[in-house]
Amino acid sequence: MKILVCISKTPDTTAKIAFTDNNTKFDTNGVQWIINPYDEWYALVRAIELKEKDPSVVLHMVTVGTADAEPVIRKALALGGDEAIRVNADSHDSFYIASQIAHVAKEGGYDLIFTGKETIDYNGSSIGGMVAELLDLPYISLATKFELNSSIATITREIEAGEEVNEVALPLVVSAQKGMAEQRIPNMRGIMAARTKPLKVIEPVAADNYTSVTGFGLPPAKAGVKLVSPDNVEELARLLHEEAKVI
Amino acid sequence: MSVLIFIDAADGAIKKGSFEAMSYGAKVAEQLSTTAEAVVLGKVNDDLAALGKYGVKKVHHVANDNLQHFDAQVYTKVIAQVAEACGATVVIFSNNIDGKAIAPRLSVRLKAGLVAGAVALPDTANNFVVKKNVFSGKAFANVSVNTAIKIIALNPNAYQVQETSGVAEVSVFNATVDTPKVKVVSTSKASGEVPLTEAEIVVSGGRGLKGPENWGLVEDLAKVLHAATACSRPVADADWRPHHEHVGQTGIAIAPNLYIAIGISGAIQHLAGVNRSKVIVVINKDPEAPFFKAADYGIVGDAFEVVPKLTEAISKLKGQA
Repeated sequence: MKILVCISKTPDTTAKIAFTDNNTKFDTNGVQWIINPYDEWYALVRAIELKEKDPSVVLHMVTVGTADAEPVIRKALALGGDEAIRVNADSHDSFYIASQIAHVAKEGGYDLIFTGKETIDYNGSSIGGMVAELLDLPYISLATKFELNSSIATITREIEAGEEVNEVALPLVVSAQKGMAEQRIPNMRGIMAARTKPLKVIEPVAADNYTSVTGFGLPPAKAGVKLVSPDNVEELARLLHEEAKVI
Repeated sequence: MSVLIFIDAADGAIKKGSFEAMSYGAKVAEQLSTTAEAVVLGKVNDDLAALGKYGVKKVHHVANDNLQHFDAQVYTKVIAQVAEACGATVVIFSNNIDGKAIAPRLSVRLKAGLVAGAVALPDTANNFVVKKNVFSGKAFANVSVNTAIKIIALNPNAYQVQETSGVAEVSVFNATVDTPKVKVVSTSKASGEVPLTEAEIVVSGGRGLKGPENWGLVEDLAKVLHAATACSRPVADADWRPHHEHVGQTGIAIAPNLYIAIGISGAIQHLAGVNRSKVIVVINKDPEAPFFKAADYGIVGDAFEVVPKLTEAISKLKGQA
Protein backbone atom coordinates (compact mmCIF):
# COMPACT_ATOMS: atom_id res chain seq x y z
CA MET A 1 0.00 0.00 0.00
CA LYS A 2 1.19 3.52 -0.82
CA ILE A 3 0.31 6.60 1.22
CA LEU A 4 0.92 10.18 0.17
CA VAL A 5 0.83 12.92 2.83
CA CYS A 6 0.51 16.54 1.71
CA ILE A 7 2.77 18.87 3.67
CA SER A 8 2.64 22.63 3.73
CA LYS A 9 5.07 25.09 5.26
CA THR A 10 3.39 27.71 7.46
CA PRO A 11 4.49 30.44 9.86
CA ASP A 12 4.70 29.36 13.50
CA THR A 13 1.43 29.79 15.42
CA THR A 14 2.97 32.61 17.46
CA ALA A 15 4.47 34.43 14.45
CA LYS A 16 3.80 38.13 14.17
CA ILE A 17 1.49 38.75 11.22
CA ALA A 18 2.55 41.79 9.21
CA PHE A 19 2.72 42.74 5.55
CA THR A 20 5.17 44.52 3.25
CA ASP A 21 5.27 45.90 -0.31
CA ASN A 22 2.23 48.09 0.16
CA ASN A 23 0.36 45.28 1.96
CA THR A 24 0.69 42.82 -0.91
CA LYS A 25 3.23 40.40 0.66
CA PHE A 26 3.46 38.58 3.97
CA ASP A 27 6.38 39.92 5.97
CA THR A 28 8.61 36.89 6.48
CA ASN A 29 11.15 38.83 8.54
CA GLY A 30 11.94 36.91 11.71
CA VAL A 31 9.24 34.33 11.01
CA GLN A 32 9.87 30.75 12.17
CA TRP A 33 8.54 28.21 9.69
CA ILE A 34 6.89 25.01 10.76
CA ILE A 35 5.05 22.12 9.15
CA ASN A 36 1.39 23.10 9.06
CA PRO A 37 0.17 21.62 12.38
CA TYR A 38 -2.78 19.77 10.84
CA ASP A 39 -0.50 18.18 8.22
CA GLU A 40 2.06 17.19 10.83
CA TRP A 41 0.27 16.23 14.05
CA TYR A 42 -2.68 14.52 12.49
CA ALA A 43 -2.14 13.53 8.84
CA LEU A 44 1.56 12.63 8.90
CA VAL A 45 1.63 11.03 12.35
CA ARG A 46 -1.40 8.86 11.54
CA ALA A 47 0.27 7.76 8.31
CA ILE A 48 3.44 6.92 10.26
CA GLU A 49 1.37 4.86 12.70
CA LEU A 50 -0.13 2.91 9.79
CA LYS A 51 3.38 2.21 8.51
CA GLU A 52 4.54 1.11 11.97
CA LYS A 53 1.67 -1.35 12.09
CA ASP A 54 2.36 -2.63 8.59
CA PRO A 55 6.01 -2.10 7.52
CA SER A 56 5.14 -2.91 3.90
CA VAL A 57 3.37 0.46 3.68
CA VAL A 58 5.23 2.95 1.48
CA LEU A 59 4.92 6.47 2.88
CA HIS A 60 5.75 9.50 0.77
CA MET A 61 5.22 13.20 1.36
CA VAL A 62 4.63 15.94 -1.14
CA THR A 63 4.95 19.67 -0.86
CA VAL A 64 4.50 22.41 -3.42
CA GLY A 65 6.98 25.16 -2.75
CA THR A 66 10.36 26.73 -3.35
CA ALA A 67 13.70 25.47 -2.00
CA ASP A 68 13.20 27.31 1.30
CA ALA A 69 10.56 24.69 2.17
CA GLU A 70 13.26 22.01 2.43
CA PRO A 71 14.15 22.39 6.14
CA VAL A 72 10.49 21.85 6.96
CA ILE A 73 10.36 18.75 4.71
CA ARG A 74 13.48 17.35 6.40
CA LYS A 75 11.74 17.79 9.73
CA ALA A 76 8.77 15.84 8.39
CA LEU A 77 11.12 13.10 7.19
CA ALA A 78 12.68 13.03 10.66
CA LEU A 79 9.32 12.01 12.06
CA GLY A 80 9.09 9.09 9.64
CA GLY A 81 8.24 8.13 6.08
CA ASP A 82 10.37 6.96 3.19
CA GLU A 83 10.69 9.79 0.77
CA ALA A 84 9.60 13.36 0.04
CA ILE A 85 8.76 15.06 -3.22
CA ARG A 86 8.95 18.80 -3.66
CA VAL A 87 7.20 20.33 -6.63
CA ASN A 88 9.30 23.36 -7.39
CA ALA A 89 6.66 26.09 -7.68
CA ASP A 90 5.59 29.23 -5.88
CA SER A 91 1.84 29.69 -5.77
CA HIS A 92 -0.81 30.38 -3.18
CA ASP A 93 -3.70 29.34 -5.43
CA SER A 94 -5.42 26.21 -4.15
CA PHE A 95 -6.29 24.92 -7.62
CA TYR A 96 -2.72 25.29 -8.86
CA ILE A 97 -1.33 23.50 -5.80
CA ALA A 98 -3.98 20.77 -5.92
CA SER A 99 -3.20 20.20 -9.61
CA GLN A 100 0.46 19.56 -8.75
CA ILE A 101 -0.42 17.17 -5.92
CA ALA A 102 -2.98 15.34 -8.07
CA HIS A 103 -0.33 14.87 -10.76
CA VAL A 104 2.17 13.43 -8.26
CA ALA A 105 -0.54 11.21 -6.79
CA LYS A 106 -1.55 9.87 -10.18
CA GLU A 107 2.01 9.17 -11.28
CA GLY A 108 2.82 7.44 -8.00
CA GLY A 109 -0.35 5.34 -7.84
CA TYR A 110 -1.12 6.06 -4.19
CA ASP A 111 -3.97 4.28 -2.42
CA LEU A 112 -4.46 6.88 0.27
CA ILE A 113 -3.86 10.61 0.27
CA PHE A 114 -3.85 12.50 3.56
CA THR A 115 -4.02 16.26 4.03
CA GLY A 116 -4.46 18.41 7.12
CA LYS A 117 -7.93 19.93 7.47
CA GLU A 118 -6.58 23.36 6.51
CA THR A 119 -3.38 25.38 6.57
CA ILE A 120 -3.07 27.93 9.35
CA ASP A 121 -2.02 30.68 6.93
CA TYR A 122 -4.54 30.73 4.08
CA ASN A 123 -7.23 28.70 5.89
CA GLY A 124 -8.69 27.45 2.62
CA SER A 125 -9.60 23.85 3.54
CA SER A 126 -9.58 23.27 -0.19
CA ILE A 127 -6.65 21.08 -1.22
CA GLY A 128 -8.12 17.72 -0.16
CA GLY A 129 -11.43 18.25 -1.95
CA MET A 130 -9.75 19.55 -5.09
CA VAL A 131 -7.27 16.67 -5.27
CA ALA A 132 -10.13 14.20 -4.78
CA GLU A 133 -12.13 15.75 -7.61
CA LEU A 134 -9.11 15.90 -9.92
CA LEU A 135 -8.58 12.17 -9.33
CA ASP A 136 -12.33 11.36 -9.14
CA LEU A 137 -11.91 9.78 -5.70
CA PRO A 138 -14.11 9.83 -2.59
CA TYR A 139 -13.19 12.48 -0.03
CA ILE A 140 -13.74 12.33 3.71
CA SER A 141 -13.08 15.67 5.39
CA LEU A 142 -12.39 16.60 9.02
CA ALA A 143 -11.56 13.04 10.02
CA THR A 144 -10.88 12.42 13.70
CA LYS A 145 -10.22 8.65 13.49
CA PHE A 146 -8.92 6.41 10.74
CA GLU A 147 -8.71 2.63 10.78
CA LEU A 148 -7.81 0.35 7.91
CA ASN A 149 -8.96 -3.21 7.36
CA SER A 150 -7.28 -4.49 4.17
CA SER A 151 -8.68 -2.07 1.57
CA ILE A 152 -11.66 -0.75 3.54
CA ALA A 153 -11.20 2.36 5.66
CA THR A 154 -13.39 3.09 8.67
CA ILE A 155 -13.30 6.79 9.33
CA THR A 156 -14.90 8.95 11.99
CA ARG A 157 -15.55 12.47 10.77
CA GLU A 158 -16.91 15.59 12.36
CA ILE A 159 -20.44 16.68 11.53
CA GLU A 160 -22.40 19.64 13.00
CA ALA A 161 -22.49 19.02 16.78
CA GLY A 162 -21.47 15.38 16.55
CA GLU A 163 -19.70 12.73 14.53
CA GLU A 164 -20.38 10.18 11.86
CA VAL A 165 -18.65 6.89 11.12
CA ASN A 166 -18.06 6.18 7.43
CA GLU A 167 -16.85 3.14 5.56
CA VAL A 168 -15.21 3.58 2.21
CA ALA A 169 -12.94 1.52 -0.02
CA LEU A 170 -9.51 2.76 -1.02
CA PRO A 171 -8.30 4.68 -2.95
CA LEU A 172 -9.48 7.86 -1.30
CA VAL A 173 -8.53 11.29 0.03
CA VAL A 174 -8.85 12.15 3.73
CA SER A 175 -8.40 15.47 5.54
CA ALA A 176 -7.26 15.03 9.13
CA GLN A 177 -7.87 17.02 12.28
CA LYS A 178 -7.47 16.69 16.00
CA GLY A 179 -8.13 13.21 17.35
CA MET A 180 -6.38 11.35 14.50
CA ALA A 181 -3.04 11.08 16.28
CA GLU A 182 -0.88 12.68 18.92
CA GLN A 183 1.88 15.14 18.19
CA ARG A 184 5.38 13.62 18.07
CA ILE A 185 8.80 15.13 18.47
CA PRO A 186 11.52 13.84 16.14
CA ASN A 187 14.30 11.93 17.93
CA MET A 188 18.00 12.05 17.11
CA ARG A 189 17.87 8.80 15.16
CA GLY A 190 15.03 10.15 13.05
CA ILE A 191 16.85 13.41 12.42
CA MET A 192 20.00 11.55 11.30
CA ALA A 193 18.00 9.20 9.09
CA ALA A 194 16.15 12.12 7.48
CA ARG A 195 19.42 13.51 6.13
CA THR A 196 19.84 10.61 3.77
CA LYS A 197 16.20 10.00 2.85
CA PRO A 198 15.44 10.93 -0.77
CA LEU A 199 14.00 14.39 -1.35
CA LYS A 200 13.07 14.53 -5.01
CA VAL A 201 12.57 17.87 -6.68
CA ILE A 202 10.32 17.92 -9.71
CA GLU A 203 9.13 20.72 -11.93
CA PRO A 204 5.43 21.68 -11.91
CA VAL A 205 2.93 20.65 -14.56
CA ALA A 206 1.00 23.38 -16.36
CA ALA A 207 -2.00 24.59 -14.36
CA ASP A 208 -3.97 27.82 -14.03
CA ASN A 209 -4.06 30.06 -11.00
CA TYR A 210 -7.80 30.47 -10.49
CA THR A 211 -7.34 33.16 -7.84
CA SER A 212 -4.77 35.75 -6.82
CA VAL A 213 -4.34 37.82 -3.67
CA THR A 214 -4.47 41.54 -4.43
CA GLY A 215 -3.74 42.73 -0.90
CA PHE A 216 -3.75 41.99 2.81
CA GLY A 217 -4.96 43.88 5.83
CA LEU A 218 -5.17 43.63 9.58
CA PRO A 219 -8.43 43.78 11.52
CA PRO A 220 -9.01 47.00 13.47
CA ALA A 221 -7.45 46.91 16.93
CA LYS A 222 -9.72 46.43 19.94
CA ALA A 223 -10.53 49.62 21.86
CA GLY A 224 -9.39 48.05 25.12
CA VAL A 225 -11.10 46.05 27.80
CA LYS A 226 -13.76 47.61 30.01
CA LEU A 227 -13.35 46.04 33.46
CA VAL A 228 -16.33 45.47 35.71
CA SER A 229 -15.98 44.82 39.44
CA PRO A 230 -16.69 41.24 40.57
CA ASP A 231 -18.98 42.79 43.18
CA ASN A 232 -21.10 44.38 40.48
CA VAL A 233 -21.81 41.55 38.05
CA GLU A 234 -25.25 43.02 37.20
CA GLU A 235 -23.37 45.88 35.57
CA LEU A 236 -21.81 43.44 33.08
CA ALA A 237 -25.23 42.06 32.18
CA ARG A 238 -26.48 45.61 31.70
CA LEU A 239 -23.53 46.59 29.48
CA LEU A 240 -23.96 43.50 27.31
CA HIS A 241 -27.63 44.29 26.93
CA GLU A 242 -27.64 48.07 26.55
CA GLU A 243 -24.20 48.99 25.26
CA ALA A 244 -22.96 46.00 23.26
CA LYS A 245 -26.54 44.89 22.46
CA VAL A 246 -25.55 41.25 22.20
CA ILE A 247 -27.96 39.78 24.75
CA MET B 1 -27.08 33.83 -15.92
CA SER B 2 -27.75 33.47 -12.23
CA VAL B 3 -26.29 33.27 -8.76
CA LEU B 4 -26.77 29.78 -7.34
CA ILE B 5 -26.84 29.12 -3.60
CA PHE B 6 -26.37 25.66 -2.11
CA ILE B 7 -28.82 25.01 0.70
CA ASP B 8 -27.42 22.67 3.30
CA ALA B 9 -30.29 20.63 4.71
CA ALA B 10 -28.74 17.63 6.39
CA ASP B 11 -31.36 15.81 8.50
CA GLY B 12 -34.09 17.62 6.60
CA ALA B 13 -33.61 20.96 8.37
CA ILE B 14 -32.02 23.93 6.65
CA LYS B 15 -28.93 25.16 8.49
CA LYS B 16 -28.49 28.72 9.66
CA GLY B 17 -25.44 29.19 7.45
CA SER B 18 -27.62 28.54 4.42
CA PHE B 19 -29.98 31.40 5.35
CA GLU B 20 -26.94 33.65 5.54
CA ALA B 21 -25.73 32.30 2.18
CA MET B 22 -29.14 33.00 0.60
CA SER B 23 -29.24 36.58 1.89
CA TYR B 24 -25.66 37.07 0.72
CA GLY B 25 -26.37 35.44 -2.66
CA ALA B 26 -29.45 37.61 -3.20
CA LYS B 27 -27.28 40.68 -2.66
CA VAL B 28 -24.61 39.41 -5.07
CA ALA B 29 -27.35 38.76 -7.66
CA GLU B 30 -28.58 42.32 -7.19
CA GLN B 31 -25.02 43.64 -7.71
CA LEU B 32 -24.79 41.64 -10.94
CA SER B 33 -28.35 42.49 -12.09
CA THR B 34 -29.33 38.85 -12.19
CA THR B 35 -31.45 36.48 -10.12
CA ALA B 36 -30.62 34.33 -7.12
CA GLU B 37 -31.56 30.66 -7.37
CA ALA B 38 -31.01 27.89 -4.86
CA VAL B 39 -30.39 24.17 -4.96
CA VAL B 40 -31.41 21.75 -2.24
CA LEU B 41 -30.64 18.04 -2.21
CA GLY B 42 -32.55 15.24 -0.53
CA LYS B 43 -35.65 15.31 1.61
CA VAL B 44 -36.41 18.62 3.30
CA ASN B 45 -39.05 19.41 5.90
CA ASP B 46 -39.01 23.16 5.35
CA ASP B 47 -41.40 24.94 3.01
CA LEU B 48 -39.14 25.63 0.03
CA ALA B 49 -41.41 28.27 -1.54
CA ALA B 50 -41.05 30.30 1.65
CA LEU B 51 -37.32 30.65 0.95
CA GLY B 52 -38.38 33.48 -1.36
CA LYS B 53 -38.25 35.76 1.62
CA TYR B 54 -34.47 35.41 1.68
CA GLY B 55 -34.32 36.79 -1.86
CA VAL B 56 -34.24 33.50 -3.75
CA LYS B 57 -36.43 33.49 -6.88
CA LYS B 58 -36.27 29.81 -7.71
CA VAL B 59 -35.44 26.66 -5.74
CA HIS B 60 -34.19 23.58 -7.61
CA HIS B 61 -35.01 20.52 -5.58
CA VAL B 62 -33.29 17.22 -6.29
CA ALA B 63 -34.99 14.49 -4.30
CA ASN B 64 -33.26 11.16 -4.70
CA ASP B 65 -32.65 8.38 -2.20
CA ASN B 66 -28.94 8.42 -2.99
CA LEU B 67 -28.80 11.92 -1.52
CA GLN B 68 -30.06 11.01 1.94
CA HIS B 69 -26.51 10.61 3.21
CA PHE B 70 -23.82 13.13 2.53
CA ASP B 71 -21.18 12.11 0.01
CA ALA B 72 -19.21 15.07 -1.33
CA GLN B 73 -18.44 13.30 -4.61
CA VAL B 74 -22.10 12.55 -5.35
CA TYR B 75 -23.35 15.96 -4.18
CA THR B 76 -20.78 17.80 -6.27
CA LYS B 77 -21.85 16.14 -9.52
CA VAL B 78 -25.50 16.99 -8.87
CA ILE B 79 -24.79 20.63 -7.96
CA ALA B 80 -22.66 20.95 -11.09
CA GLN B 81 -25.59 19.79 -13.22
CA VAL B 82 -27.89 22.37 -11.64
CA ALA B 83 -25.25 25.11 -11.97
CA GLU B 84 -24.85 24.35 -15.67
CA ALA B 85 -28.60 24.18 -16.28
CA CYS B 86 -29.29 27.56 -14.72
CA GLY B 87 -26.17 29.20 -16.16
CA ALA B 88 -24.74 30.06 -12.77
CA THR B 89 -21.84 32.51 -12.89
CA VAL B 90 -21.50 32.62 -9.10
CA VAL B 91 -22.10 29.69 -6.74
CA ILE B 92 -22.38 30.33 -3.01
CA PHE B 93 -21.88 27.96 -0.09
CA SER B 94 -21.80 28.40 3.63
CA ASN B 95 -18.20 27.66 4.65
CA ASN B 96 -19.43 24.99 7.06
CA ILE B 97 -18.54 21.30 7.25
CA ASP B 98 -20.43 20.24 4.12
CA GLY B 99 -19.53 23.42 2.24
CA LYS B 100 -15.83 22.83 2.90
CA ALA B 101 -16.14 19.35 1.41
CA ILE B 102 -18.16 20.25 -1.69
CA ALA B 103 -16.99 23.74 -2.73
CA PRO B 104 -13.39 22.67 -3.58
CA ARG B 105 -14.66 19.72 -5.63
CA LEU B 106 -17.09 21.95 -7.51
CA SER B 107 -14.28 24.44 -8.11
CA VAL B 108 -12.42 21.75 -10.07
CA ARG B 109 -15.53 20.48 -11.83
CA LEU B 110 -16.71 23.89 -13.04
CA LYS B 111 -13.18 25.28 -13.52
CA ALA B 112 -14.26 28.03 -11.13
CA GLY B 113 -12.02 29.93 -8.73
CA LEU B 114 -12.99 29.47 -5.08
CA VAL B 115 -12.73 31.92 -2.22
CA ALA B 116 -13.19 29.90 0.97
CA GLY B 117 -13.88 31.83 4.16
CA ALA B 118 -15.34 35.01 2.63
CA VAL B 119 -16.38 37.65 5.16
CA ALA B 120 -17.83 40.38 2.92
CA LEU B 121 -19.68 40.92 -0.34
CA PRO B 122 -17.55 40.72 -3.49
CA ASP B 123 -16.39 43.88 -5.21
CA THR B 124 -18.02 43.05 -8.53
CA ALA B 125 -17.05 46.33 -10.15
CA ASN B 126 -13.31 45.60 -9.99
CA ASN B 127 -12.24 42.13 -11.12
CA PHE B 128 -14.46 40.34 -8.61
CA VAL B 129 -12.45 40.71 -5.42
CA VAL B 130 -13.60 38.98 -2.24
CA LYS B 131 -12.37 39.68 1.28
CA LYS B 132 -11.54 36.56 3.30
CA ASN B 133 -9.92 35.70 6.60
CA VAL B 134 -6.35 34.46 6.60
CA PHE B 135 -3.78 33.60 9.27
CA SER B 136 -6.55 32.15 11.45
CA GLY B 137 -8.43 35.43 11.72
CA LYS B 138 -5.33 37.51 12.50
CA ALA B 139 -5.54 39.17 9.08
CA PHE B 140 -7.64 39.33 5.95
CA ALA B 141 -6.81 39.04 2.26
CA ASN B 142 -8.51 40.45 -0.79
CA VAL B 143 -8.71 37.67 -3.35
CA SER B 144 -9.37 38.27 -7.01
CA VAL B 145 -11.13 35.44 -8.85
CA ASN B 146 -9.79 35.05 -12.38
CA THR B 147 -12.25 32.50 -13.81
CA ALA B 148 -15.58 32.99 -15.62
CA ILE B 149 -17.49 31.17 -12.88
CA LYS B 150 -16.81 32.10 -9.27
CA ILE B 151 -17.44 30.15 -6.09
CA ILE B 152 -17.69 31.78 -2.68
CA ALA B 153 -17.81 29.90 0.62
CA LEU B 154 -19.16 32.39 3.14
CA ASN B 155 -17.95 32.15 6.74
CA PRO B 156 -20.71 31.45 9.27
CA ASN B 157 -21.89 34.55 11.17
CA ALA B 158 -20.15 36.85 8.68
CA TYR B 159 -23.30 38.09 6.95
CA GLN B 160 -26.59 39.04 8.53
CA VAL B 161 -29.70 37.12 7.45
CA GLN B 162 -32.12 39.50 5.72
CA GLU B 163 -35.78 38.74 5.35
CA THR B 164 -38.04 40.45 2.85
CA SER B 165 -41.26 39.29 1.29
CA GLY B 166 -41.45 36.94 -1.65
CA VAL B 167 -42.27 33.42 -2.69
CA ALA B 168 -39.83 31.24 -4.57
CA GLU B 169 -40.78 29.05 -7.49
CA VAL B 170 -40.00 25.45 -6.54
CA SER B 171 -39.06 23.11 -9.34
CA VAL B 172 -38.02 19.49 -9.25
CA PHE B 173 -34.70 19.03 -10.98
CA ASN B 174 -34.06 15.68 -12.58
CA ALA B 175 -30.39 15.03 -12.11
CA THR B 176 -28.22 12.01 -12.72
CA VAL B 177 -27.29 10.85 -9.22
CA ASP B 178 -24.45 8.37 -8.66
CA THR B 179 -24.52 5.67 -6.02
CA PRO B 180 -22.50 6.92 -3.04
CA LYS B 181 -19.15 5.22 -2.40
CA VAL B 182 -19.19 6.39 1.20
CA LYS B 183 -21.28 4.22 3.50
CA VAL B 184 -22.58 5.77 6.71
CA VAL B 185 -22.17 3.25 9.51
CA SER B 186 -23.42 5.36 12.40
CA THR B 187 -24.13 8.93 13.42
CA SER B 188 -24.00 10.37 16.90
CA LYS B 189 -25.26 13.83 17.64
CA ALA B 190 -25.62 15.72 20.86
CA SER B 191 -29.32 16.44 20.62
CA GLY B 192 -30.67 19.87 21.35
CA GLU B 193 -27.24 21.44 21.35
CA VAL B 194 -26.61 24.60 19.39
CA PRO B 195 -23.89 23.80 16.81
CA LEU B 196 -20.80 25.78 17.74
CA THR B 197 -20.08 27.38 14.39
CA GLU B 198 -23.67 28.56 14.04
CA ALA B 199 -24.12 29.82 17.59
CA GLU B 200 -24.63 33.55 18.14
CA ILE B 201 -23.47 33.27 21.73
CA VAL B 202 -20.79 30.88 23.00
CA VAL B 203 -19.85 30.26 26.63
CA SER B 204 -16.46 28.64 26.99
CA GLY B 205 -14.54 27.21 29.91
CA GLY B 206 -10.86 26.60 30.53
CA ARG B 207 -8.54 25.03 33.06
CA GLY B 208 -9.57 27.66 35.61
CA LEU B 209 -12.72 25.62 36.18
CA LYS B 210 -10.54 22.93 37.77
CA GLY B 211 -12.50 19.86 36.62
CA PRO B 212 -15.35 18.49 34.51
CA GLU B 213 -17.58 18.30 37.58
CA ASN B 214 -17.73 22.10 37.60
CA TRP B 215 -19.11 22.43 34.08
CA GLY B 216 -22.58 23.07 35.45
CA LEU B 217 -21.45 26.70 35.82
CA VAL B 218 -20.80 26.99 32.10
CA GLU B 219 -23.92 25.08 31.13
CA ASP B 220 -26.23 27.13 33.37
CA LEU B 221 -24.96 30.38 31.90
CA ALA B 222 -25.22 28.96 28.37
CA LYS B 223 -28.77 27.89 29.06
CA VAL B 224 -30.06 31.33 30.02
CA LEU B 225 -28.31 32.79 26.98
CA HIS B 226 -29.40 30.02 24.57
CA ALA B 227 -25.70 29.69 23.88
CA ALA B 228 -23.46 26.87 22.72
CA THR B 229 -20.75 25.62 25.06
CA ALA B 230 -17.08 25.38 24.17
CA CYS B 231 -13.75 24.80 25.84
CA SER B 232 -10.03 25.46 25.53
CA ARG B 233 -7.49 22.93 24.29
CA PRO B 234 -6.16 21.71 27.69
CA VAL B 235 -9.74 20.96 28.71
CA ALA B 236 -10.40 18.85 25.59
CA ASP B 237 -6.98 17.19 25.91
CA ALA B 238 -7.76 16.20 29.49
CA ASP B 239 -11.08 14.75 28.28
CA TRP B 240 -13.07 17.02 30.56
CA ARG B 241 -15.12 17.91 27.52
CA PRO B 242 -15.61 16.33 24.07
CA HIS B 243 -13.16 17.29 21.31
CA HIS B 244 -15.83 18.87 19.14
CA GLU B 245 -16.17 21.63 21.76
CA HIS B 246 -12.54 22.66 21.49
CA VAL B 247 -12.17 26.13 19.98
CA GLY B 248 -8.83 27.57 18.98
CA GLN B 249 -6.18 27.30 16.32
CA THR B 250 -6.21 23.51 16.23
CA GLY B 251 -9.87 23.16 17.13
CA ILE B 252 -12.85 24.97 15.67
CA ALA B 253 -12.73 28.61 14.65
CA ILE B 254 -15.85 30.53 15.58
CA ALA B 255 -17.21 34.03 15.10
CA PRO B 256 -20.22 34.49 17.40
CA ASN B 257 -21.73 37.83 18.39
CA LEU B 258 -20.73 37.17 21.98
CA TYR B 259 -17.96 34.95 23.35
CA ILE B 260 -17.70 34.52 27.10
CA ALA B 261 -14.42 32.95 28.25
CA ILE B 262 -14.34 31.61 31.78
CA GLY B 263 -11.03 30.59 33.33
CA ILE B 264 -9.19 30.69 29.99
CA SER B 265 -5.88 32.55 29.99
CA GLY B 266 -6.03 33.36 26.26
CA ALA B 267 -2.97 31.80 24.66
CA ILE B 268 -2.37 33.07 21.13
CA GLN B 269 -3.52 29.72 19.71
CA HIS B 270 -6.83 30.02 21.54
CA LEU B 271 -7.30 33.61 20.37
CA ALA B 272 -6.79 32.49 16.77
CA GLY B 273 -9.99 30.49 17.02
CA VAL B 274 -12.14 33.17 18.62
CA ASN B 275 -10.71 36.52 17.55
CA ARG B 276 -13.49 37.05 15.01
CA SER B 277 -16.11 37.16 17.77
CA LYS B 278 -17.86 40.52 17.78
CA VAL B 279 -17.81 40.96 21.56
CA ILE B 280 -15.49 39.09 23.93
CA VAL B 281 -16.05 38.85 27.69
CA VAL B 282 -13.29 37.43 29.86
CA ILE B 283 -13.74 36.21 33.41
CA ASN B 284 -10.44 35.26 35.02
CA LYS B 285 -8.97 35.64 38.47
CA ASP B 286 -5.54 36.47 37.05
CA PRO B 287 -5.44 40.17 36.08
CA GLU B 288 -2.36 39.39 33.96
CA ALA B 289 -4.19 36.85 31.78
CA PRO B 290 -3.35 37.78 28.17
CA PHE B 291 -7.00 37.31 27.19
CA PHE B 292 -7.93 40.66 28.79
CA LYS B 293 -5.95 42.39 26.04
CA ALA B 294 -8.26 40.91 23.42
CA ALA B 295 -11.45 41.39 25.43
CA ASP B 296 -14.16 44.01 25.24
CA TYR B 297 -15.42 43.44 28.77
CA GLY B 298 -13.76 41.69 31.66
CA ILE B 299 -14.15 40.75 35.28
CA VAL B 300 -11.08 39.98 37.36
CA GLY B 301 -12.51 37.56 39.85
CA ASP B 302 -13.22 34.02 40.93
CA ALA B 303 -15.33 32.24 38.31
CA PHE B 304 -17.04 30.16 40.98
CA GLU B 305 -18.48 33.33 42.49
CA VAL B 306 -18.84 35.53 39.42
CA VAL B 307 -20.47 33.13 36.96
CA PRO B 308 -23.51 32.13 39.07
CA LYS B 309 -24.11 35.83 39.74
CA LEU B 310 -23.89 36.58 36.02
CA THR B 311 -26.30 33.75 35.23
CA GLU B 312 -28.74 35.15 37.74
CA ALA B 313 -28.36 38.74 36.52
CA ILE B 314 -28.95 37.70 32.89
CA SER B 315 -31.86 35.52 33.86
CA LYS B 316 -33.41 38.51 35.66
CA LEU B 317 -32.74 40.77 32.69
CA LYS B 318 -34.38 38.30 30.31
CA GLY B 319 -37.35 37.97 32.65
CA GLN B 320 -37.95 41.71 32.44
CA ALA B 321 -37.54 41.97 28.69
